[in-house]
Order: sequence, then structure tokens, then C-alpha cells
Amino acid sequence: MNTIEVYKVELLSGGEMIARFLKDEGVEYIYGYPGGAALHIYDALHRQSDVKHVLVRHEQAATHMADGYARATGKPGVVLVTSGPGATNTVTGIATAFMDSIPMVVICGQVMSYLIGEDAFQETDMIGVSRPIVKHSFSVKHPSEIPMILKKAFYIASSGRPGPVVVDIPKDMTMPNEKFEYSYPESVSLRSYTPPAKGHSGQIKKAVDLLLAAKRPMIYAGGGVIMGGGSELLTKLAQQLEYPVTNTLMGLGGYPGTDKQFVGMLGMHGSYEANQAMHHSDLILAIGARFDDRVTNDPDKFCPSAKIIHVDIDPASISKTIRADVPIVGPVIQVLEEMLSLIDDAPARSNKEAINSWWKQINEWRQVHGGRYDTTSEKIKPQAAVEACWRATNGDAFVASDVGQHQMFTAQYYKFAKPYRWINSGGLGTMGFGLPAAMGVKMNFPEETVVCVTGEGSIQMNIQELSTCLQYGLPVKILCLNNGYLGMVRQWQDMNYEGRHSNSYLDSLPEFKTLMDAYRHKYVEIRTKDELDAKMEEAFAMKDQLVFINCYVDPEEHVYPMQVPRGSMRDMFLSKTERT
Amino acid sequence: MRHIISVLMENEPGALSRVVGLFSQRNFNIETLNVAPTDDPTLSRLTLTTFGSDQVVEQITKQLNKLIDVVKLVDLTEGQHIERELMLVKVRASGAQRAEVKRTVDIFRGNIIDMTPSIYTMQIVGESDKLDGFLQALGGMHILEVVRTGVSGIARGEKTLSL
Ligand SMILES: Cc1ncc(C[n+]2csc(CCOP(=O)(O)OP(=O)(O)O)c2C)c(N)n1
Ligand SMILES: [Mg+2]
Repeated sequence: MNTIEVYKVELLSGGEMIARFLKDEGVEYIYGYPGGAALHIYDALHRQSDVKHVLVRHEQAATHMADGYARATGKPGVVLVTSGPGATNTVTGIATAFMDSIPMVVICGQVMSYLIGEDAFQETDMIGVSRPIVKHSFSVKHPSEIPMILKKAFYIASSGRPGPVVVDIPKDMTMPNEKFEYSYPESVSLRSYTPPAKGHSGQIKKAVDLLLAAKRPMIYAGGGVIMGGGSELLTKLAQQLEYPVTNTLMGLGGYPGTDKQFVGMLGMHGSYEANQAMHHSDLILAIGARFDDRVTNDPDKFCPSAKIIHVDIDPASISKTIRADVPIVGPVIQVLEEMLSLIDDAPARSNKEAINSWWKQINEWRQVHGGRYDTTSEKIKPQAAVEACWRATNGDAFVASDVGQHQMFTAQYYKFAKPYRWINSGGLGTMGFGLPAAMGVKMNFPEETVVCVTGEGSIQMNIQELSTCLQYGLPVKILCLNNGYLGMVRQWQDMNYEGRHSNSYLDSLPEFKTLMDAYRHKYVEIRTKDELDAKMEEAFAMKDQLVFINCYVDPEEHVYPMQVPRGSMRDMFLSKTERT
Repeated sequence: MRHIISVLMENEPGALSRVVGLFSQRNFNIETLNVAPTDDPTLSRLTLTTFGSDQVVEQITKQLNKLIDVVKLVDLTEGQHIERELMLVKVRASGAQRAEVKRTVDIFRGNIIDMTPSIYTMQIVGESDKLDGFLQALGGMHILEVVRTGVSGIARGEKTLSL
């Protein structure tokens, strides 16, 4: 008997395909800003209700919102902007995502294809502009390519080592009356792109042998553990071995910051014990981390007696700055699982005694600095403000940070117990990231407490988004550690320029109270130490309101420990007057 | 050390700029570069020479491999290989010089491919060293123009760089 196959062919315009594809891909929110070259797409969005568009007030904020969402979920954030200035306004956000390996798809309008190259109105070569800061980019040459190109964009953005992908779409690819067959591409294959699926078994075995024999081991885990979904397994491995763990700035929360095996963050503003332990270790298991210059200090003096096992999904990260003895290229989950099963099968370990004395040594180091700060001062110390915030949020908030001293204090004093909760621009260090990133998180986790820790400098870099918060009802809490200075800049000027504060004083700050009134948000001011906890609680109790907590902190405070420039890991300033 | 890296990549607009951009972005040097489509029109073959320590060249090949447009690559200098470069040279020569140019071209197994009463244009093919040597041998001549293609290369024996 003959079967009659019925093909349901759907004809859609390029603009409709974009909206439809996003729905089929499971995208709920996209962040963007309209303009000429994107108007056909915006019209298509208007005629459907599955994909919701969030209108920001500046395209940079759209990228950070998408980025915040991506960091909190591990899924790609989606941005839609017009050509020219719309596209160039996303550059900082794309670069921010690129440096931290965050999955993101940025759809940019472009002038009509037949105008490209003629300096048409709002024409910018976005493929060229974004080239060094994307994982890949596409330009659409025919509307019928749109579904497959978008599928590839999502696949590339979120697989392997994630990163931002730009899709440039000339306006004539989205003409409402030019319709083409649409079907959602279920799968995608690229002959020139196959992310590693499995670490080399021989190397993993070698790594486990080294791990089991180590006398002074350290586990150094970065953001790749979180983004690779490996936090739980890493925690299991570390606890099975009972080895100390340090996290990078990007990796915080990848191992519970409240656990006794956690020795704090490492690197430039890492804890004394983490940096000492790294320096003296005989074996480092580096996983999802990339030995960047803010971690290693002088690479020639880096951890002189350590053998290095380096696990990463990106082969180019391995032996880039620090030579690995055992390189393992693969997904963290698979590698950790294989390591764990080898450890289970291993005979009893002979290094127990060595590990005990290693812990004894580490515990002694813990006493040396131990995150101390002046608690007797009259002034509010920024560290105390972060600790109060931790208490008021039960240590369980999503915390998005801006960039500066407040960021480092938050990294040091907000003990992240879970992955995906610490949202900060580590690699690029983008001031202005915090508020929109927090908004992106809040939009997708409306029931959760979301804090933006910021400085009076950083917050002004995307402060226009207070308006977006009002429009969409995004009750984030903004904790502004107001020191009246570009504090991190001032700290460097204190230390390296004999206190000449060139352009680091922020004169003429706005009345934040009036500003919040203007946007119909709430305002809480904290001026004295004794009101810290009560005011913090008051602010966080206003669940459905955006609250700006203006916390006046000591402008003189510096972030310590701080590694001595061009020294080894263990060379640190511990206060204004002490160094190792 | 000098390395010859041969890359098979998607024959698509933008692919070349990604490769070239990578070198300036990451502070790698490119000594020579050539690129053309292959017998498979969807693929281009790009060959470049670069100088660098083993560690730098390892980074170069890893970073190139990361580019989505790069399908495959090989560092030809890691094995036995053949390299060739083509050079066109235009000199002004008259009187007795003309015989000398002719002789030099013959010694280097080149060809004279265009001439006027006062101009010779020559073509030389070989390894880059040989091309350098030819220019040196022309020492006394009035060289008007030198055009080199940059190195292309292929592995000896069974080895191929193909899909
Ligand atoms: C966009 C951008 N411009 C400049 C810098 C350099 N920078 C790093 S920290 C900092 C000061 C930040 O001041 P504030 O937000 O008040 O934070 P604080 O250090 O005072 O806590 C500056 C200017 C940067 N990181 N990002
Ligand atoms: Mg400040």
C-alpha cells in the first residue's frame, strides 16, 4: 500500500523566521533596542508572543543582561540590535562575554546588502569590528539561510569553550513580503568544529596517579568548572581526596566557599593561605582555569616545586602561559567522572600523613591574615558592608558585581556556597556590568534575591537602566559601596604614585535619593556602623521594590592581600604597612 | 625557528581576515602568506611562514585550529616537505649587462618572461633561500621591481593535508 506523506511547508519572511527560530530554540527573553535596519525583525516580534523582548536604554546593557542570564543559567543569552551605532554599542558587552567565555548570540541588523560597502546610513562593518572579540560570526546572504545560521550560532556559542557569536543580518534578508520555507533545524554539524568530547584516558590515569601520591596538593578551579556544569563533581572529588581547594575570581561558588577545605580565592587579591599554598604545593590540579596574569603573578616565579595537571575544554588554554605536565583536553564532567572512578578503584593511599601535615601548614597560614580588617574604626569598612549583605541575604543571593574595590571585597567576603550565583566581569573588568547583569538574572529568577554590588563610579556607567527596571518591574537591590572615589584607581595611586589622586575623585555625585525618586524606586542610606545590619535588612525586606542602598564606606580602605607586582604567588602586601 | 604552516579552510568571505587578524591580535608574526582555492571549491589552502619558539608556534597552531573556519592544518616543518616560492624580478639592463642577466637567470634555472630593449623581466622558482641568492647574484644590476608569492609547500611521500 502506498503511503501518502504530507509535508506541511511553512512560508515565513526572514524576520518571522528569526522570531520563530528563537521560540523553537526555547528562548524566552531577548534583550535589545530597535532601529532602521532591524525594524522588519521588530515587526515580526510584535506579531507573536512567545519570545519576549526586553527594551533596554542602551545596547551595552542589553548585552550585559543577556550575559547575566547566561552566567546564572549556563544557557546562551540573546541580544537584538540595529546596525551602526546599535551594533557598536554592544562591543563592550561582547568583549566582556568573550573574555569570560560566556555563551551569547548577538543578532545585529545591517544595511541592505546591496548598500554594503558604500558607507550607507548607519553602516558599520560589524563582522570586522567584532572579529577579535567573538568566538565566531556569520553574515546572512539569503533569507533561507537564517534558521541554519542561527542554529549554528547557538551551537557554537554554547558548546566547547562557550563564547559570543555575532549574526549580521542585512535588512533585505528580512523583507516582510519575501517568504521562504521554514523548518527548525533539529541538528547541526560543522566539519571544521568538533568540541572535544572526552579527555585522554591515559592522561587521566596519569593525573590520578599523581594526585594520589601528592604530598602538598592544591586544586585550583576556575569558571570553566561552573560553566561546564562540573561543580558538584569537583566538590565530590575534592572531598573524597580531602585536598584544599582554591577558586579563581571566575570560579567562586564552583566549590562551596563555606566549606573547611576551601582556602579562598587565589591571585592578585587572593587569600594569604591560597597564595602560599599554591606557591609551596607539589601538585596543582588546574581545572577550568587559564593561569591568567592576575592569578600567576610573574610566570617565571610561579609555583617552583609544583607539577601541573591542567584540565580544560580549550586546548589553546593549556600551556599558554604556564607549561602543563599533564594536559587533559576534555569536558570537566567527563574528566571528573573518570577521575572519580579511578580514585574509587585505587588501593589505600600512602600519602595520608603528608596530607595531614600539609593541612597543618595551611591552617597555620590561615592564622596569618585570615581576611582580617580593622573592626575598631569608626567608619563603615566596605568589608563589613559586604558581610552584612551576606547576613541579610542568608548568603544565598545572586550577586552581580561591578568593577573596583567593591568587587574584590565582595569576592573575598561574600562566601558563595553555590555555583552560578556570583556574576562578575573577571576578564575584561567592565565597569557598568553590574546593574544590567543583575537585571538579566532577576528577569529569569523573579523569586530569588538579586543584588548588584557596585561603586558610585561604576553604577553611573549604566545608570540609565533604572528606567528599564521600572518598566519591567525588576526589583533588584543595588548595594552601592560609596567611597566617593574610583577606589581601585585611588588604591593604585596611593601605592604607586605617592598618593597623587589624578582624576580618581568623583566630584558632583548625583543625589541618589532624588534620582531614585525620579525613577520611583526606593532609597536606603547607611551612614554609621551601628545601623548597618538593620538598614540592610530593611532594604532586603522590600521584596517588590528596587532599592538603592547608599552605604557610605571608608574611602581610605585598600584591598588586601595584594600580590607584589612581578613577584611570585606568595609575595603579598598584607596591609598598608606589612608585606611578606 | 622558521615554520611553514599550511591551513585548509572554508572558502568563505571573512575566513582570511580571521586568520590574518589572529596574528596581529595575538602578537604572532607572519613572514609570508599565500592563499587560493583548492580543487574542492569550498576549501581554500593557506600557507604561511612564521618565526617563533616552539611554545609560540604551538600557540599559533592551537589558536588557528580554534577558528571555526579552519578545517585542518599542518606544520610542514615538523616533517619532510617541499617548499617553493615564485619570484618575478624586473631589471634595467643594457649593453654587456644583458648577457650577464641572461647567464645569471640560466644558472638559477629561471626564465626571462618579458623584455624590451632596456628591460628584462624574469621568473625564478625555488626555496626562499634560492630566491634570496638570485637577488644577491644580481647585485650590480638596477633592480626595478621584485614580486614574491610567499612560500607554498607540501609534505613528501604519502602524507597529505586533505579532508
Ligand atoms: C569601563 C571601565 N573604565 C575604567 C576602568 C578602570 N577602573 C577599574 S576600577 C575603577 C574604579 C571603580 O570605581 P567605583 O565603581 O567607585 O568602585 P570602587 O573601586 O570605588 O569600589 C576604574 C576606573 C574599568 N575597569 N572599566
Ligand atoms: Mg567608589
